[in-house]
Amino acid sequence: MDSGVTGPSGSSAGGSVGSPGRRLLLGIAPLLLLAALVAVFIVVDPTSVLRTGFPPVEELTIERVTLPEPGVMRVHVVNGGPEPVTVAQVLVDEAYWKHEIDGDRTIPRLGRATITIPYPWVEGEPHEIVLLSSTGVTFSYEVEVATQTPRPSARFFGIFALLGIYVGLVPVLIGLLWYPFLRDVGRRWIHFFLSLTIGLLVFLGADALHEALEIAGSVPAAFQGVGLVVLGVLGSLLTLRAVGSVRRRTGGGEDGPRDRLRLAYLIALGIGLHNLGEGLAIGSAYALGSIALGSFLVIGFAIHNTTEGLAIVAPVAADRPPLRQLLAMGALAGLPTIAGTWIGGFAYSPIAATLFLAVGVGAILEVVLEIAGMMRREDPGGLFQPLNASGLAIGLLVMYGTALLVVA
Amino acid sequence: MSRRDWLKLGGVGVAGLSGASILALARRGGAAAALERAGLRQEAGSTHEELQQLRMGVFGDYPPGDGFDPMAFLTEFDYGRVVRDPSGRTVREYEMVAVDREIEVAPGVWFPAWTYNGQVPGPTLRCTEGDVLRIRFSNAGSHPHTIHFHGTHPTEMDGVFPVIEPGERFTYEFEAKPFGVHPYHCHSLPLKRHIHKGLYGVLIVDPPGGRAPAREMVMVMNGFDTNFDGENEVYAINTAAFYYQTRPIRVGVKEPVRIYLVNMTEFDPVNSLHLHAAMFRFYRTGTRLDHHEFTDTIMLCQGERGIVEMELENPGLHMVHAHQSEFAELGWMSFIDAVPHLAAEAGVPVHRHG
Repeated sequence: MDSGVTGPSGSSAGGSVGSPGRRLLLGIAPLLLLAALVAVFIVVDPTSVLRTGFPPVEELTIERVTLPEPGVMRVHVVNGGPEPVTVAQVLVDEAYWKHEIDGDRTIPRLGRATITIPYPWVEGEPHEIVLLSSTGVTFSYEVEVATQTPRPSARFFGIFALLGIYVGLVPVLIGLLWYPFLRDVGRRWIHFFLSLTIGLLVFLGADALHEALEIAGSVPAAFQGVGLVVLGVLGSLLTLRAVGSVRRRTGGGEDGPRDRLRLAYLIALGIGLHNLGEGLAIGSAYALGSIALGSFLVIGFAIHNTTEGLAIVAPVAADRPPLRQLLAMGALAGLPTIAGTWIGGFAYSPIAATLFLAVGVGAILEVVLEIAGMMRREDPGGLFQPLNASGLAIGLLVMYGTALLVVA
Repeated sequence: MSRRDWLKLGGVGVAGLSGASILALARRGGAAAALERAGLRQEAGSTHEELQQLRMGVFGDYPPGDGFDPMAFLTEFDYGRVVRDPSGRTVREYEMVAVDREIEVAPGVWFPAWTYNGQVPGPTLRCTEGDVLRIRFSNAGSHPHTIHFHGTHPTEMDGVFPVIEPGERFTYEFEAKPFGVHPYHCHSLPLKRHIHKGLYGVLIVDPPGGRAPAREMVMVMNGFDTNFDGENEVYAINTAAFYYQTRPIRVGVKEPVRIYLVNMTEFDPVNSLHLHAAMFRFYRTGTRLDHHEFTDTIMLCQGERGIVEMELENPGLHMVHAHQSEFAELGWMSFIDAVPHLAAEAGVPVHRHG
């Protein structure tokens, strides 16, 4: 116990880990040992005794199937398992079919391949694709509703952009029009609306987290979907926190208009990232034929997202920010929807979608913490005053109610 | 490029071609192109070109000479080593060994089979009614096995008891009767797995006077559950999916043809055979010398069998497949090519009993 008295300075002064070169060596030594262990395993392969008699573990994931034109199917495959897998045959709707694989039929670990099948698929009907490996293991994928995959043409970029504007940008801008109303309601009610904003955001965050975890389930095992979610959520939360703390330190103690404007931008960013995920979902579902984007669905999204505009203006309502600032925030929150529909429609990947959604969750989490912090600094009762608490509850209820309109 | 070139692109040869050519093919507009895409466009031509119009089927081909040759199996009849017993009766002696072996059930797809004599189906044993069969069975596999023959014989020779453990031997001996076509298979438990893993074959018992001369062949309808989920991924005649689709079985026009047909499919209750462009006589179980029906489609339960006899009137490709379209598209798809004056050509001899 007493030896602890000398402290860290004592031990470094004692010279046992003194010189920088020696310290470097001590830091690297475990790594060198690890490298030696890996080398031994690769050369000697001591685990081979454990494998004897077992068939290889094969794990292929069909990430996406596109139908670029009538009579053609294209299957995008990832090997997320521990062993290389040889695709020996391809079956469509329980029939062996001729096909073409770009590159080698044996897909290495973490390798990808694209299989083109000249199959007369039927518009509007489901099709099942099965890959049969050389050891007889099957990997299947169902195209729920066959429809031609949109080609990245000017026309489809336009249509998807319009979709993004309908469900993302326009509703947010409409929501911003609550600004003149909020400007005159007084501090007490501003806090009510900030609490309501937290309610809205918590709902969006939970929704995005659910979506992220769901898609994480379809990510090839080697890419660890849940790990990606944790990485995305904490990564974005910590990054925004770190940036925020630097700015707060330079700004000084009390929250000024600048801090509130910053918070509004942060909310816009968080909502923007969430909307990117929403765009991804819409674009990919549309491209994969799993939703028909009727007017009702678009209206549902629009009403749902209008509340997001309210969330953005709540912190800055008393500060009368210039119109261009409001527009910039609206664009920051709404435009990512368009980018999302493009990515989702033309280049959907479960890995990217999981990461995007998780980053959005992290951003929303950070925004919730920021708003709650600001309210607490301005009013010790904070979020848990009866009025504010009811605001939060109403926020959740509004989101729940409007989400009922979005039944994909 | 001519239309014929396009057909070649769309056909069997597609495997070796680039994806770009498939796209080019698929991009062509109009009804003709649509038909071509579906592999349905009728274009008179040689057998080879007709075959190339099929898009359905496996990728690649079976490597030559890897042991089991489905084409040779069709006409391989094992009459055993013949000896006479003291009373002068014909005794046919066979050696049968159960061994584990990986077999190729579709190009590039390997199945961990249990086999008789290293092949699935096992050897086709052939004898005449009244012969004594002496089958020396040894189990070199990893599980207990037996050989259960269909037909009339003493119950202790029925191949259910005793179960032959790995490394052990047993001799089955009985008089072959009645004449007909009978399956044999392992009867160890679990039965489903022992049969579906490949332990089955055909015993042909000829009637005392023999049958009329004909080009004879054996077809065993079988299936393979490669991922062991209780459903077959592969169906075939004689194990290799689509084998006789790319290599039509050649017979002569108007030549008598006799097919010994046995259904050893597991998991699915029935299998069937459908012949295109001609009809055949069907002898259920082959135990009567007059036929039961004149048809082009017959259905057989698991273990059911019979004899198909026909003379093809017209030259050209006669498709033969399961009329369960699913089985057909999963591999049970074949062609019989009727060729004028085949008997004069060198090759498969016409089987004459005697």
